[in-house]
This record gives sequence, structure tokens and C-alpha cells, in this order.
Amino acid sequence: MHVFKFGGKTLALDPITGTLLEVDDLAGEVLKLWHHLTPAEITAALSDRYSVCDLTEALSEVEELAAAGLLDAIMPPEPVPTDASVGQIKALCLHVAHDCNLRCRYCFAGTGDFGYERTIMDTATGRAAIDFLLRSSGPRRNLEVDFFGGEPLLNFPVVRDIVAYGEEQAAKLGKVIRFTLTTNATLLNDAVIEFLNDKQMAVVLSLDGREAVNDRMRPLADGAGSYSAVSQAVREFVERRSGKNYYVRGTYTAHNLDFATDVMHLYNLGLRELSIEPVVGGAGESYTLTQDHLAALCREYERLADFYLAKRDEGDPFNFFHFNMATYGGPCFGKRVSGCGAGCDYLAVTPAGDLYPCHQFVGQQEFAMGTVFAGVTAPSLVNEFSRANLYRKPECLRCFAKFFCSGGCHAHAYHSNGTILQPDALHCELQKKRIEIALGISAFRSVQ
Amino acid sequence: MNKHIKVIAPGTVKATAQKEACKECQTSCQSACKTSCTVGNQVCQNR
Repeated sequence: MHVFKFGGKTLALDPITGTLLEVDDLAGEVLKLWHHLTPAEITAALSDRYSVCDLTEALSEVEELAAAGLLDAIMPPEPVPTDASVGQIKALCLHVAHDCNLRCRYCFAGTGDFGYERTIMDTATGRAAIDFLLRSSGPRRNLEVDFFGGEPLLNFPVVRDIVAYGEEQAAKLGKVIRFTLTTNATLLNDAVIEFLNDKQMAVVLSLDGREAVNDRMRPLADGAGSYSAVSQAVREFVERRSGKNYYVRGTYTAHNLDFATDVMHLYNLGLRELSIEPVVGGAGESYTLTQDHLAALCREYERLADFYLAKRDEGDPFNFFHFNMATYGGPCFGKRVSGCGAGCDYLAVTPAGDLYPCHQFVGQQEFAMGTVFAGVTAPSLVNEFSRANLYRKPECLRCFAKFFCSGGCHAHAYHSNGTILQPDALHCELQKKRIEIALGISAFRSVQ
Repeated sequence: MNKHIKVIAPGTVKATAQKEACKECQTSCQSACKTSCTVGNQVCQNR
């Protein structure tokens, strides 16, 4: 059992069942020992601090929960995918432009070119990607395509063609493709906005928060700051789609450990669908996050949670992506075990049509998986990624958050530790903190 | 409510372990350089 504090409450999560409890100090102590000791041993261990009468009472309540199946220490057996389902693709990340008009200092994509020449995808390759997705999707009906880059709107005509072609081809097969687009918002003109709204496409808009924070890391190609134009464009875009189906997404770095202030800034711009994420990579750079920042970052998530709850109580709430958590319901066990699906359910496609496990592996030849024209030609990589579930990650098996996190990002793991089976330690700690807060917020929601 | 423990949310994770995943739900990229999801905030497509 994982026992933790949030907002003055003591909460306990049973990692295996997902049961969330509010407990007093005594019950918290009992639950910490429940999966490891017998009731008699627990009584003996705690009798110096609590009366036997109280211990008996608390143990009785815990036994009642266990009898009802709400507590369990035993992992279910590993789900074994059928041979037919391995390699069925559900989603593509389409790099329609390996080019960008910003020069973000933390860009994992080498400011848009992924370490290669600046190039864009042509229509034939885009259509071939759709054909590949549809023929590789097996019986799956709900498919996804994310337009990514670089900056995908540098290649808007091809985005528009791919959507039209994708809708037409999917409909013939009784399938649906859900399109999303991630953009820096600099190229959102009337024609683009009308198209995105007409297609009801979910859009992720990049903006880091305060002007000085944003412009330090997200300059235009000529070195000027991007905040002024981008913040205006984002507000107009959100207004023109009635505040629906978007996320404003920022990145925080070692330069803004007070990132809750950036979320507050975005909120004060009138934006209500928000996410801010820790910067990835950049070892040795001044902006890089390290374990030395962890305590400050955890405190900052707590400060953000206070702001989140205050705005909810004031009746003008916002969504913060990492604080959304379905404690009752949510995805099935198979999903929680298998995680993101990179390299098996989900692939990235370069402008030339080359396939990689996800956008973060693009350009690394040891992860080249084939092309949209020839299909997947590296079945060993598909098998490797499809088997990289929680059961193969010893650290995850010991973690209380495993069924809410599902094992973290394969790419972070590989780039930090040389294997997709050992998650990045800092991102694990941040993930656990965010999950505790999300669970805590759900506890307050239930009580009120 | 019991004296020492209140159930906030009864867990359903293990209860779904008997069924094979239909794999129709949304992809949950966990990379922080996109918008990282936890599976916990995903919705079952069949519910």
C-alpha cells in the first residue's frame, strides 16, 4: 500500500487494485504493513503506539476491504498478446515537416531538422502513410494520425490533402481516423483555423508561459522573441473554437523551476486547457533538469495543485493535463500494462516515409523499422517493443504508480539508460508526484 | 463511513485483467516533448 499526504488528508492507494482510501494515521500504519505481515504481527509491531482495541478495529476494517476484493497484493498474470495482434498499427505520428520557423533551444528535433536536412513530406508519401495505416490496422476501427514536425503547418497543403484522403479511405473500410496537430501557432491564419475547426481536429499549441520564460527558449529563426505573436494567435484560435478541443502546452526547464507561475500566466490569458511538461534531454546544458531540482519541482507541483483547487472552488476551473485522473473507471488492465505502444501500436513517419518506433527515435538507424511503402521490415523491433511492458521492468513492478503510469517513455528510458526497460529516474519521480496529486485532487472531488 | 477508513474510489484495475484489451482506446504517448499522458487519464473506448 502506498500511503501519502495531500491537502491535509492521509490517503492510501492499493497499487494492484487501484483502490483509493482516505485513512487516519492508525489505518495508514496498518495498511503500510498489510501486504507484508499477518494481523497478529501488525498488532505486535504497532502496539507500542496504539491500543490493541484501536488496532483490532482498524484491522477489522482493512479485512473487510480485502474480503470485498478492494485490496490485493498479487499481480495478475501477464497478458500474452496473440500473434495476430502483434504489429497491428493503431496510430501514426506524421512528420510532415522536418523544418521549423522557431529555433527553440531545447528542441529534441534539432530545431526541426532532426539532425538532417530541412525537408517536408510530399502528398504521395502522406497518402502512402494512410494506406499503410489502414492495411496494417487489422480489426481496429478507431485509428489516429498526429501531424507533427518540426512545424507541421509549414506543409499545410499536404496536411489538408492527407486528411481528405484519410477520411475517404477510412470510410470505405468502416474505420475512423482521429486527426490531431501539434503546432507552435505562428502560422494559424484564417484558412488554417477554418480547416482545423471544420475537421474538429484536436490541436496542441506550444507556449511556455511568461514572455521572458518563453522567449529565452523559443526564439524565432531571426532570434527575436515569439511570445507576442504566439500568445495573441493562441488566444484568437481558442476563442474561434469556443474554448474546445485544444491544449496549450508548455515546457519548463531549470530556468523556470517556478513553472506554476507560468501556468497561472496562461490561465490569466484566458486559457483553460493547460499542460506544462519537464524539458527532455540536453545533458550538460544550463536548462537541463537534474535530480538536484527534484525537491523544488515537487514543491512547485504542490503550489500548482493549490492554484488548481482554488480556481475550481472559485467556480472558474481549468484542466491541467497531468492532474486529470480517472480513479474509478479508466482504461482496462491490458492498456495499463502495455503503455504507449511505441514501436508496435504506434509509429513515427519521416518526410521520406521512413518508419521509427516514435518521434524520439527518428534518425537513429538502429531503430529504423521500414517504410510506409514497403511496410515494417524489422519484426524483431516490433517484438522487442511489444514485449516491453510493465512485467519486463523490475523497477516498475515495485512502483505504486505502475498502473497509472504504465512504464513511462521508452525513448527517455533508452536515451537515459541505454535500454527501453529501465525508465528515466527523474521523470519517474516527477510522474509519481503528479500521480499523487491527481489522486489527491480526485479525493477532494469525491468528498465535496 | 468506517471509523478509520473511507473508500474514495473502489479500484477496478484488477477486475479488468480477465479480458483481452480491445486496443481501441486513445494512444497514450508518454513523451514529455509531446503532451505526455498517463494511462490513468485515458478513457475506455468501449465504456
